[in-house]
Amino acid sequence: MEFPEQTLLDCYARMCLIRAFEEKLAELFSQGLLGGTSHFCIGQEACAVGVITAAREDDWLISNHRGHGHLLARGLELQKVMSELLGRSDGYCGGRGGSQHLSAPEKFFLGTNGITGGGLPIATGAALALQYRGSTQVAIVFFGDGASNQGTFHESLNMASLWKLPVLYVCENNRYGMSNPVEKACAGGRVSARAQAYCLPADTADGSDVEAVAQAASKALEQVRSGAGPFLLELLTYRHCGHSKNDPRIYRSKTEEQQMWERDCLRITRDKLLRRGIPDSRLEQLKTQAAEQVQAAAQQSLQAPFSSREETLAGVFA
Amino acid sequence: MFYSQAVNIALEEELTRDPDVFILGEDIGIYGGAFGVTKGLYEKFGPQRIRETPISENSFTGMAVGAAMLGLRPVVEIMFMDFLALALDQLLNSAGKIHYMYNGQLKVPMVLRTPGGAKGGYGPSHSQMLSSMLLGIPGLKIVAPSTPRQVKGILKSAIRDDNPVVVIENKRLYPQQGEVPEGEYLLPLDKAEVLSPGTDMSILTYSAMTPLCLAVKEAVRELGWDPEIVDLVSLQPLDRESIFKSVRKTGRVLIVEEACLTGGIGAEVSALIAEHCLDALEAPVMRLGAADVPIPSSLALEKYVLPQIEDIVKAVQQLREY
Ligand SMILES: Cc1ncc(C[n+]2csc(CCOP(=O)(O)OP(=O)(O)O)c2C)c(N)n1
Repeated sequence: MEFPEQTLLDCYARMCLIRAFEEKLAELFSQGLLGGTSHFCIGQEACAVGVITAAREDDWLISNHRGHGHLLARGLELQKVMSELLGRSDGYCGGRGGSQHLSAPEKFFLGTNGITGGGLPIATGAALALQYRGSTQVAIVFFGDGASNQGTFHESLNMASLWKLPVLYVCENNRYGMSNPVEKACAGGRVSARAQAYCLPADTADGSDVEAVAQAASKALEQVRSGAGPFLLELLTYRHCGHSKNDPRIYRSKTEEQQMWERDCLRITRDKLLRRGIPDSRLEQLKTQAAEQVQAAAQQSLQAPFSSREETLAGVFA
Repeated sequence: MFYSQAVNIALEEELTRDPDVFILGEDIGIYGGAFGVTKGLYEKFGPQRIRETPISENSFTGMAVGAAMLGLRPVVEIMFMDFLALALDQLLNSAGKIHYMYNGQLKVPMVLRTPGGAKGGYGPSHSQMLSSMLLGIPGLKIVAPSTPRQVKGILKSAIRDDNPVVVIENKRLYPQQGEVPEGEYLLPLDKAEVLSPGTDMSILTYSAMTPLCLAVKEAVRELGWDPEIVDLVSLQPLDRESIFKSVRKTGRVLIVEEACLTGGIGAEVSALIAEHCLDALEAPVMRLGAADVPIPSSLALEKYVLPQIEDIVKAVQQLREY
């Protein structure tokens, strides 16, 4: 699918924003301003942006531990996401959730999830609720190749297929589950092949090409929305960064990493735009703008207060 | 009415009252569930409301969470409490945490019903009372009603509650009979109930140990002993006020449960009593619970592991004579 020029530019800008956001997070980590851990999606931005561009604004999103791309692609407020990661009271969850437990229902973002494979049944249940209510919305869940080895993946696909639930399963196959290469963890090596066992349609797309992702997602979503039942979309991608904050990446070669940088999704999108005659300066400007936005958000968030003890101990029950 | 019928009626009434209520679990359709508790509901409400699932506890519990987050009110049936192990991730990491960790933006109004406890012959993987395993999971309400009347009122309230509630039923209670109020009848989820007032000592108990303790009360009456039987009903939160009130009245406490003694509900209750009522105690708190042994299959052996009437009578005597 060829996007209209503006759409591709918007996608590029969004991908730049996600990249700049995580580069800023890395900086905050090294300065000791960000605690705990965080999983970056550097290299995978096209997956988030492509799928979410193809989705409706009111399709429910369910994400995993590597969710910054999904959050920002859905258009959550940058500063409120930043504050959440920095544990501040003005974050989406008041600092209770952080990166792996961030929800924004007003944006139809049900939540990121810290349990590998934990989001799959939740998304399937959300889809059950949508079907129950006769909605035309779809539930879209992002997960990794590693998560496809959890029982929840198999159980969820089976039930969604039995009951024709409106759910799009999006596997971002970045070749590794932490340090474990997909060939060593996932028999057969391909997640999409597993769909056949549960009688649901599947497709595979190049996760570094945002247009290819959007095209595959559009087709899949159309099918799901028509009432045909669930769909499994596997996106072949790569995380250039480590699994989380302190990952020396000894499980893969520098040569492999260099080769994959050649296929970086930002680079590919940029080349496309250049070929379409967009001047380099305009693209540079988008990148600069993203960095500035992120910088401003971080500055504001670092000034924000933390919740009080009283607030922290309240609110367990509805 | 049987306890199992009271559960059935509570479900039927709530399904009728609120179209957002639906139930899901294994073999709950025409088969009526492993213990016949959902009999007739499938015929009345059909496959959308009575959702028969494949054997996938982990995911159908997670699906209930997802559906509840979007506003439905799922009631999950886990066939045997031991199988809760397979659903625990979604209870622990999703259901109990979501309202808090997402800062109140979403709630999880779901119920999980499951029969715990031994009924003779079911053996190690189908007999355990895992009530205490669920303590220490913030965000869950846990109730263990012991009479048909209680289970009707409690289950209806649980379904209307905006939080995840685990309703612990008991295989040995299903065939027990009792009066059940008709129609709208709701009980609070956080209250203990004094089932039989007394003066000598407080027997704190719950689930299938409750009828046993009531029987003990009858047995020791002729000795002139008069224990007060307090059914805890709510295990999370514990109804401290009612517990302390009874302890202060009698000064002697025996806690009887079917869960393992070590780390049981009784351990928590004892600690609370020590912290808050030490001055009122005339004897050390006594506890009876399952031996720290898996429940053996043979009926002849099961009784060595679980508190029996004689054990309770003996404990009552000891406590009385302290
Ligand atoms: C149940 C569970 N097991 C293990 C972990 C630790 N862990 C977090 S992410 C991860 C790898 C997940 O791999 P994959 O699903 O492929 O996603 P990716 O990290 O590659 O995006 C692991 C092992 C976890 N969070 N939850």
